[in-house]
Amino acid sequence: MLRLDRVSKVYKVGTFGGKELRAVSDVSFNVEDGEVVSLIGESGSGKSTIGKMILRLISISSGAIFFDGMDISTLSGGALKEYYRKVQGVFQDPFSTYNPIFKADRVFRTIHEEFYPGVKGREWNEKLESSLEAVGLNPEEVLNKFPHQLSGGQLQRFLIARALLLDIQFLVADEIISMLDASTRIDVLNLVADLKSRGLSILFITHDLSLGYYISERAVILHRGCVVEMGSTEEVYYNPLHPYTRMLMACVPRLDEKWQDVEVELKAQQSGITSGCVYYERCQVAGKDECCATERPALRKVESDHYVACGQC
Amino acid sequence: MSLQVENLRVYYQTLRGDVKALDGATFSIADREIMGLAGESGCGKSTLGNGLILLTPPMRFVEGRVTIDDEELPIWDMERMDGFRFRKISIIPQYAMNAMNPTRKIGKMTSELLESRNVDSRATLPELERRLDLVELTRDVLNMYPIELSGGMKQRMVMVISTLLNPSLLIADEITSALDVSTQKAVADMLVEFRDREFVKSMMVITHDISILYQIADSILIMYAGQLAEKASTEVIIHSPRHPYTKLLISALPKVGVKYAERRLAGIPGNPPLLLDPPVGCRFRERCPVAFDRCLQEPQFIEVEKDHFVACWKEFERDA
Repeated sequence: MLRLDRVSKVYKVGTFGGKELRAVSDVSFNVEDGEVVSLIGESGSGKSTIGKMILRLISISSGAIFFDGMDISTLSGGALKEYYRKVQGVFQDPFSTYNPIFKADRVFRTIHEEFYPGVKGREWNEKLESSLEAVGLNPEEVLNKFPHQLSGGQLQRFLIARALLLDIQFLVADEIISMLDASTRIDVLNLVADLKSRGLSILFITHDLSLGYYISERAVILHRGCVVEMGSTEEVYYNPLHPYTRMLMACVPRLDEKWQDVEVELKAQQSGITSGCVYYERCQVAGKDECCATERPALRKVESDHYVACGQC
Repeated sequence: MSLQVENLRVYYQTLRGDVKALDGATFSIADREIMGLAGESGCGKSTLGNGLILLTPPMRFVEGRVTIDDEELPIWDMERMDGFRFRKISIIPQYAMNAMNPTRKIGKMTSELLESRNVDSRATLPELERRLDLVELTRDVLNMYPIELSGGMKQRMVMVISTLLNPSLLIADEITSALDVSTQKAVADMLVEFRDREFVKSMMVITHDISILYQIADSILIMYAGQLAEKASTEVIIHSPRHPYTKLLISALPKVGVKYAERRLAGIPGNPPLLLDPPVGCRFRERCPVAFDRCLQEPQFIEVEKDHFVACWKEFERDA
């Protein structure tokens, strides 16, 4: 359904844009029909950048993203609008998504005006109500209110309902529950998982590994803009091969196990990415004399659905 | 007993009346105890943390008694509290990343801070440097401006400054929430290390992330809507909680190994009550699956087993 082919994003930084920052480099992966893929990484790993490129909010520096075989960077005008009918995003902070001056249901009205101008008022209201009910909201309680009168969980569900109005096929969910409380976050998470049964594909961007495991079939681990490991969730979680993934798994606070004594490398990692492995400086297994420093390892298949970018394991 | 709090009430003054953000808290923290304080946003956990050290308007002290090392803490008196802050009780604030003066070099700022407390900053310098080594910061940071440090480094720097005078109680407010998992672990491990090295006698770690508390805390206090719901040792809270709210809260946490398709977790239906005019009786009543008519009266926070406090009528009945 969605295919990323060696996608990179380079930002110009420094005075007069003299330097380059590679936020995402050569990322390739697929999302199949009705599949939930979680994109996991720490801050600065480029996970949100990938989400924004899929939504065409920022341009792609090199590589291409294909949706149903169509290169999305070529879309414009009506074709782009058709694309947004199928692909939508929901973001981290539900509070800043709304304009506080207007009532929260304005997000639905704009959809009505833009995408369904031919639909009559009553018919639209029925559609809206069924969409709100699908996300577990009671239309009478939530419509006609200002954003500050609704809770974070309700606002976030509003945005998902908005996406559902468009009969979408692909949802980019960027850290959608990290701002919500423990008691409500699981409801929103279940809701997203339920969407899958409607045939939706979801790219679930998160830094929380347990959420990724809960919801997704496949996981992609990013580090400094590169995919270091990807595959089926079980393989990646129970048999992590890349040293970075292992470190990440060991650092996650869990409720069933206490932390093992893992050394966490805290040294600053400011120096720019060289040509070698992105994890080289922090890596503890790298044979430092080998090619780790000079050559970036490519993703290689280790099991039927498990790829690792590490030359050592 | 390092800290004892009795029936503490702190309200927020608003034009529409008092918001009862902390309504009757009674608990204690033992020496060398790391107590975690958890709850949903708006449950009063930060009010409790801030109220103990800097009680400024719109916060209003209503009643209660706080003692630290058997000495009464005059939390309602801003000026008398100055003698206790930093020396006896200290905080790593929620905004620790922005807590340092951006116009001063860190070393200069630290020495000014010490001088303001009549501490000889030059005599303290070796100890400061020793502690910087401990948190893996180079000594050069003293000659840097805060902007030159990353978020995790600033967090560690504030940790060192806050604990420099070996306070009896350190309040750490949401200090790991904004950090990456690997930095989060390092900071959390350092808190434990500071306790083990007796830089601080006891700690109150405020967070909404219970899995972090499971790693580092000795005991956990769960708050709901401005009141205490349950306090017990970490193992008991995680594995055999007794308050219905704690039970639901713990069961709603996703764990690695739990998959949506195999085991669907459930949230807690409903929303917490507004604290401007909280409902009578147990405040969890409306969301509680086991509520009965007695819940219209307010339950007391009672020790049902040794070191296990619960505020729930069902639990008292079971014991009675």
